[in-house]
Amino acid sequence: MKVTEKNGHEYRVIGTRPIRHDGVDKVTGRAQFGADVRLPGMLYGQVVRSPYPHARIKSIDTRRAQEHPGVRAIITAADMPALDTDAVAELGEGAIELKYASQLIMARDKVVYQGQPVAAVAATTRQAARDAARLIEVEYEPLPVVEDALAAMDPGAPLIHADLYTVTPGGGKAEQPSNVAKHIQYERGDLEAGFAEADVVIEREFRTAMVHQGYIEPQNATASWEADGRLTVWTSTQGAFSAREQLAQLLQIPAGRIRVIPMEVGGGFGGKIQVYLEPIAALLSRKAGRPVKMWMSRAEVFTGTGPGSPTYIRCKLGAKRSGALVAAQLYMVYDAGAFPGAPVGAGAVTALSPYRVPNFRIDGYDVVTNKPRVQSYRAPGAPQAAFAVETVLDEIAESLGMDPVELRLKNASAEGDRLVYGTPFNRIGFREVLEAVRDHPHYNAPLPERRGPYAFGRGVAAGFWFGGSLTSTVQLTFNPDGTVNLITGSVDLSGSRASLAMIVAEELGLEPHEVKPIVADTDTVGYTDVTGGSRTTYATGTACWRACQDAIAQLKVRAAQLLEADPDAVTFGGGEFWLWEEPQYRISLKEVVANLQKTGGPIVAKGIVNKLKMAPAFGAHIVDVGVDLETGKVDIVRYTAVQDVGKAIHPTAVEGQLQGGAAQGIGWALFEGYVFDGGVMRNPNFLDYRLPTALDLPMIDTVLVEVPASDGPYGVRGVGETPIVPPIAAVANAIARATGVRIRELPMSPERVWRALGGADQPASDDQAGETG
Amino acid sequence: MEAFAYAAPRTVAEAVELLVGANGSARVLAGGTDLIPQLQEGRRRASLVVDVKRIPDLCVLDWNPEEGLTIGAAVPCAQVAAFPRVQQHYPALHTACTLIGSVMVQNRASLGGNLCNAAPSADSVPPLIVHAAEAVITGPGGTRRVPVESVCTGPGQTCLAPGELLVRLHLPVPPPHTASAYLRFTPRNEMDIAVAGVAAAVTLDPAEGTCAHVRVALGAVAPTPVRAIAAEEYLAGKPLTDEHLRRAAQLAVEAAKPISDVRGSAEYRRHLVTVLTFRTLRAVRDRLAGGPAARS
Repeated sequence: MKVTEKNGHEYRVIGTRPIRHDGVDKVTGRAQFGADVRLPGMLYGQVVRSPYPHARIKSIDTRRAQEHPGVRAIITAADMPALDTDAVAELGEGAIELKYASQLIMARDKVVYQGQPVAAVAATTRQAARDAARLIEVEYEPLPVVEDALAAMDPGAPLIHADLYTVTPGGGKAEQPSNVAKHIQYERGDLEAGFAEADVVIEREFRTAMVHQGYIEPQNATASWEADGRLTVWTSTQGAFSAREQLAQLLQIPAGRIRVIPMEVGGGFGGKIQVYLEPIAALLSRKAGRPVKMWMSRAEVFTGTGPGSPTYIRCKLGAKRSGALVAAQLYMVYDAGAFPGAPVGAGAVTALSPYRVPNFRIDGYDVVTNKPRVQSYRAPGAPQAAFAVETVLDEIAESLGMDPVELRLKNASAEGDRLVYGTPFNRIGFREVLEAVRDHPHYNAPLPERRGPYAFGRGVAAGFWFGGSLTSTVQLTFNPDGTVNLITGSVDLSGSRASLAMIVAEELGLEPHEVKPIVADTDTVGYTDVTGGSRTTYATGTACWRACQDAIAQLKVRAAQLLEADPDAVTFGGGEFWLWEEPQYRISLKEVVANLQKTGGPIVAKGIVNKLKMAPAFGAHIVDVGVDLETGKVDIVRYTAVQDVGKAIHPTAVEGQLQGGAAQGIGWALFEGYVFDGGVMRNPNFLDYRLPTALDLPMIDTVLVEVPASDGPYGVRGVGETPIVPPIAAVANAIARATGVRIRELPMSPERVWRALGGADQPASDDQAGETG
Repeated sequence: MEAFAYAAPRTVAEAVELLVGANGSARVLAGGTDLIPQLQEGRRRASLVVDVKRIPDLCVLDWNPEEGLTIGAAVPCAQVAAFPRVQQHYPALHTACTLIGSVMVQNRASLGGNLCNAAPSADSVPPLIVHAAEAVITGPGGTRRVPVESVCTGPGQTCLAPGELLVRLHLPVPPPHTASAYLRFTPRNEMDIAVAGVAAAVTLDPAEGTCAHVRVALGAVAPTPVRAIAAEEYLAGKPLTDEHLRRAAQLAVEAAKPISDVRGSAEYRRHLVTVLTFRTLRAVRDRLAGGPAARS
């Protein structure tokens, strides 16, 4: 194998770049996605969605649809179990109260967002299902729409849920219902004294848009409810077990009766944890007695799934002339959409924890509005918070005449510093990342000269994500040719099969292609949490490592038989077992595996991870922008993403994560945002909801800093989420350096930049001489 | 997608007969880059889809020094862009053909479709207008020639009567000392739709160094692509100085009647008209001087 990465000769496989195990299937079109599922007698399902963001359902008449040719089943909320409990459905990366989860799937009595399902139909063809869906007559009584989160907090605002009482910081409940689901608070020190001590205090307001994960593959599900009550669901999900648990609770059937088969996933980014179509397809299948397949159009994906939370953040920071931060105050309003559950908690914690701030107070609010209910989106809550904090930090650096990286270095948290909720960080590499930025050629290169109306600027910003653990199970079985089957419950979103196989190959002394990673379903592998929270390579990777230790222990006994020695006399390394005392007596792992039948039969090894220490990953990005001062258009001309990745198992995959996160963050910064008119989305398509294309991005350079994590093998950290945290503020800071103007609302679209630059007041300038700006 | 009948006639006469028979419920298919998504999403309906790509008259791409350029209505943009005379004589049109959609879209999308879809933002229409293109339209009553600037009558609407078919486009040979350019503004660099677009063609009087003939056309800032007559008249007889270009750019706004929508406010679009008109005219001036032409 070609080793392209210097890895200090510690590892044979870790740090190399083998071809992904799913690569051939993906590039030849043979990978099986949800859209490829076809079952005998299969029907097609179609959801009927509310055109109103807020309305009472007066009646639903399905008679005409029932008579439409080909229709086999129609369901409404009446077909779903009524769930009026206060129970909470844990999603692995977020949670939702069960009664709300049920209404999210199918409206009962009233609709609270445009696109909310009110009925569904299954028919023999997709067109028949669509035609029948149009024949379902729903009578609505429109109610006042609450579109904006700040307006929703007004005591006089119309109530979206009559039974919603604010959970207060102490854990109590407000006496009057409101649209504020939760108020959280973190405090330390003496805020007033802190600000009094500051030489510079800057307070700013920030607004971010509702944004969608933008995965290419729309949500889909095929369900087959058998006559004996077993339910099988094929779906595009980040977590088969989470989907099973949600189905069990929503449908009120035992989890053991449900088998969820995760198909290949065409992008998730947090948006494919919550189930949407799965329970609907299941109920249609039960009613029709045949399998039912469903998938969403892009418009349905935009309005009927869970985007990222739009926010309003007020951020006030105070610093000494030396640059030392002394006080911070944050007021954070996170819009949850139609049901409680905005990621304001993670937003609050990620906002200030990167820095040592002796005195602070954070107030965060989880607010409901008549918009799609938000879900996780890559580092949920953190990009919004970093946009605010990292922009104000840049302004502080500017006003102190300090280099913005030096300012961050002066205040950066290190091992032992506490997160805002009090827990100390274990080993982190924030300082190392900032030093790598400071010393990087990009950071020290001269900017392009201004050309006519094109002005250039450079920005930096930082951010982090926790790096979670949760639960993973890995099973290893062995084939007679010495190859290993790696059976995991971790759905592969980003090539994690390759990284997991590399860990097994490293430990067992095999080549990566000799390990066959298999993503199993809920009937065939032990419980495993979702692929999310940057946990898969870290936690499931640790489970792989443990499974290998189990396998080695078991194989050692067999090796001892074959070497005619006591197991305690046998040791293992580099793919071979040998005798401690007499190293000339040795046998390869492959040989031991080939002889398993003779030495006692097959073995199965397992690795289970239930709790690892947090392994936070810090990143900082450098970006150069060119701004057309006449049109307001911003071009990204150079980009470098630096991140502490602990240990890069498969550097190409890690670099891809950094590049992908940066690309998505640039999308938030410059292009993306739901446009609402009275709660109705005006741009539910990829033409007017703009994701950046390849032509809108330069090559995104990456620097992998490797500060080992405190737990798990090799020092590995989860890397997927951090890279979406810094880009927005980095771009905003670069625009400010290019133009002298700070933009604090997303997206920083050409028209918004043009207006910020003076907009209509400015005559068009003439030319290369550059008279504007 | 709802079911529809499909026909692929071999002659213009057959196509017209099919269109007449469908009584306005037929749709013409060339590249299908607009029609198929519209049918899939239910934004347009069709009882019959008439595929015109097998009609030789609609696939012509020809140039001769007397009549100029003939482009069959079904010829894809990529083919038009690759035709050497197009880049040489009709640079504004060449630019548009390389901007529409993406490379994949350009391999399918036709200029005829771009015109008949009648989107106010259609990239090829302002260049066709400044190149004085005419549309040749055949229907049950015979064949007529219509200036391209009169084809679009509103968003999604054309002067074509039910049963009529756009057969080809004619672009006259530009006089000597002529250059043209097209610039559009999009937030993204590809796969996007113009928030505003400006095409200009200028013929110089080489003796005087002044504009003998000027055409300026705007896209995406009115219900149809429009000519900026005030700007054209102002520049006529004047040299292309920065000062004159700046004034013409301001006058071009008079022709703009933009709406505010998710792609941009009316105010921003008017502003873009001034910026783009100036930059387009400057690019034309650079081309007339034999220098490199700027792209926005």
